[in-house]
Amino acid sequence: MYLAKVIVTKKASILDPQGETIKNALQNLDFKKIDDVKQGSYFEVKIDADNQEKADQITNSICKELLVNQNMESYKFSLEEV
Amino acid sequence: MNFGIISFPGSNCDWDLYYAIKDELNESCKMISSDETNLDEFDVILIPGGFSYGDYLRSGAIGSLASAMQAVKKIAKEGKIIIGICNGFQILTESNLLPGSLMVNEQPEFISKWQNLKVENNQTIFSNKFKKNQIVKMPIAHGEGNYYCDEETLKELESNHQIVFRYEDNPNGSVNDIAGITNKEGNILGMMPHPERAVETILGGIDGLTLFQSLKNTNSEVIK
Repeated sequence: MYLAKVIVTKKASILDPQGETIKNALQNLDFKKIDDVKQGSYFEVKIDADNQEKADQITNSICKELLVNQNMESYKFSLEEV
Repeated sequence: MNFGIISFPGSNCDWDLYYAIKDELNESCKMISSDETNLDEFDVILIPGGFSYGDYLRSGAIGSLASAMQAVKKIAKEGKIIIGICNGFQILTESNLLPGSLMVNEQPEFISKWQNLKVENNQTIFSNKFKKNQIVKMPIAHGEGNYYCDEETLKELESNHQIVFRYEDNPNGSVNDIAGITNKEGNILGMMPHPERAVETILGGIDGLTLFQSLKNTNSEVIK
């Protein structure tokens, strides 16, 4: 069994108004050193795969088919055996 | 014309649409479950606003996987008319039936107000009863209506005249003020404004009804 930890974020070229709002809120809280905030999503997916290569393939497929809107988001993930 | 409205768990503009079509447009109309697998009997499918499946993951992402949407894909290919309004527009982009995406508004707040729109293209089956460049008024009510697509897609939308409505005083940050677009073939419309909420003078305007009346205007040419 493998555990995929997937992080989905807006592409660099896409405005992230929620991240911008959080940044402003942090600056209002006097965190003067906050320069930029990006908001994204995080998924943990348990995958019953025979080996890491297959788990890798499945993770890529579920990202492309559902978890990620490739028009505006990008993703990265790590895999560990559990 | 036979109108069908797909009601998803979390849709909340479905009955407004039903009322607009049945009582104001005076056409036959049926409410359809999102589990439906065959939509062959319908000439027009309406995908309503709301929060289908709680808008979990992304707006419209889970809705786009419902059985009824697979059936929509089939009849859309056959040239039947499909209209997605608000969450319905989001479902159509998530289904890849329309290009682009609807992102969080530039100012991340829910906007609910009457909005002026410019009729950019009045040569579509959805807009032929408007005048070109006519300013019309319909309500908007959304938190994620900020239309985005890459530059190449935007160029295509412009050169193919797929942009039907543009916002006056862009409320949400949409690229090129886009409020509503069609697919390249011209039988699918997605728009964030709510025509079904503008079908009676007492509601504040009837420009939405004019949109639905445009469908009847071209009935014979479009429906095979």
